[in-house]
Amino acid sequence: MEEIKEKWTGAVNTVTVGATEKEGGTRKSTVTIGGETTLPFLHFEGSIPYRPALALDVLDNLPEEWPEVLKEPYRDVLDNPAQWAALCEEKYGADMICLRLKSLHPDWGDTAPERAAETVQAVLEATTIPLIIWGCDDPEKDNLALPLCAQAAAGENCLIGFATEDNYKTLAVACLADHHKIVAQSPIDINIAKQVNILISEMGYKPEDIVIDPNTGALGYGIEYTYSIMERIRLAALDGDRMMAMPIICDVGFDSWRTKEAKALKEQFPGWGDEGVRGPLWEAMTAVLLLQAGGDIVNLRHPMALEKVRKQIDALMGNGE
Amino acid sequence: MYIISERINGMFSAVKKAIAARDEATIQKIALRQIKAGARALDLNVGTATDDQIGAMVWLVESVREVTDATLCLDNPKFEVIKAGAEACGDNFIINSTTAKEADLATFLPLAAETGAKIIALTLDKNGVPNTAEGRVEIAAQIIIAAEAAGITPDRIYLDPITLPINVAQDQPKKMLETISQVKLLSDPSPRVVIGLSNLSQGTKEKSLLNSAFLAMAMGAGLDAAILDPEDKLLMDTMISGEVLLNNTIYSNDYLKAWRA
Repeated sequence: MEEIKEKWTGAVNTVTVGATEKEGGTRKSTVTIGGETTLPFLHFEGSIPYRPALALDVLDNLPEEWPEVLKEPYRDVLDNPAQWAALCEEKYGADMICLRLKSLHPDWGDTAPERAAETVQAVLEATTIPLIIWGCDDPEKDNLALPLCAQAAAGENCLIGFATEDNYKTLAVACLADHHKIVAQSPIDINIAKQVNILISEMGYKPEDIVIDPNTGALGYGIEYTYSIMERIRLAALDGDRMMAMPIICDVGFDSWRTKEAKALKEQFPGWGDEGVRGPLWEAMTAVLLLQAGGDIVNLRHPMALEKVRKQIDALMGNGE
Repeated sequence: MYIISERINGMFSAVKKAIAARDEATIQKIALRQIKAGARALDLNVGTATDDQIGAMVWLVESVREVTDATLCLDNPKFEVIKAGAEACGDNFIINSTTAKEADLATFLPLAAETGAKIIALTLDKNGVPNTAEGRVEIAAQIIIAAEAAGITPDRIYLDPITLPINVAQDQPKKMLETISQVKLLSDPSPRVVIGLSNLSQGTKEKSLLNSAFLAMAMGAGLDAAILDPEDKLLMDTMISGEVLLNNTIYSNDYLKAWRA
């Protein structure tokens, strides 16, 4: 059978997160993503030089609202982000940590920006893998805290999110000053995704250091639309659009564990089966689907989901036969 | 839209002088400026600067090649001039142009086949430019058939339906648009279509506006490439907007900046 191959002119940018001692940081490993010259996992058509990376979420405040099944693997460390992060690295084998500074948010603790920087430092000291720093989604607080976090993590080449169309300057300047990679977020809107990249680039920030967060949803909640947006981003990148050539991060854990299908108890929906398996599976299915749409990093929560997604990546990154 | 710069042409007095004086720096400066403005290829035309057309073409190729690897579009009616230019180029060039005249097809097509170059083909034959779209399409079909026989696939052919000045032949732009949409259906893969845009507005007062309006219309009809001046901002803004409207590039509020980034 003849293989019909598309001839693409562009490629996804290659982005490295984390810095080893030699590179001015303290990480033992770094994560490199992107570089694809074809659609996801079409090994016969182009090059897919790097495996997608798997991050585990660590929160800086006690996640009381989490379902029991999700709290269980972290039972003893939920109130200590540094220990939690270390557990994610050592026991559960995450490629990266995604530290979520949720407590900054006025509704979730309204903690001081300085505390966020201290948490970043503590997590960096407790781990040796690359760090993603995730703001609390309150622009005012993020603008106060993220520059301090960027400073605290100077030299570590973190990935820091997120810049949006309405709030990108402070974070772009901080990432520029302390040499971090930046997450550019848009509300499942390809036009805004491109616009945020243009705006950040205009600040003098290199487009090659941006990672796109298209704000993906969970399985069962309009993920077809997410899929088509991510596919269009990737097609534009392969077509040579420099402002769409960034690798993509998907915040899967956050989205999937908000769904009823992931967290409802068996007693409520006997037909749905045991939530101890169902929740992680919902998360893993969402992640695998988004990897097939072009995701380069997925933020996960349950270790079982991480394990299952890793197995899928092993299969997808095989020699393509 | 594939943009071919029109500015390195002996018709322009600065270029004419530079060719006559073998002033490389001037040519190189224009080349780099045009590429920066968005040209993907540079048309090289020695015009009437010198009787030694071969020498001038080779010199132009060598001068430009010193500063850029961009595709060069060798523009001359004489086969010997194109051949000498092609040899100086090595690879990555477009032959501009053949006609449907037998003698032209018999020389230019084998050169394109042999070198792997793309080739621009004017829709005119021994009787000149047909006055109708149908006449041009018929010639286009003859060219595609002859090219296929020479081993050149349609996607390597740029058909040029020939732009005539609006103040001389006002009925022509509409016929060109018809030609463009019809020739795109001649084969699969489609042949590409190119126009030399500026001829349209020669001698008019609103050059940039006329060129821009027609470029947008031609893009809508299926145009693939144009020989034009990418330093004309209105023209390029129109082209970039056209790419967005045709869904060839993703819209964003600053799409003009994005295209130029």
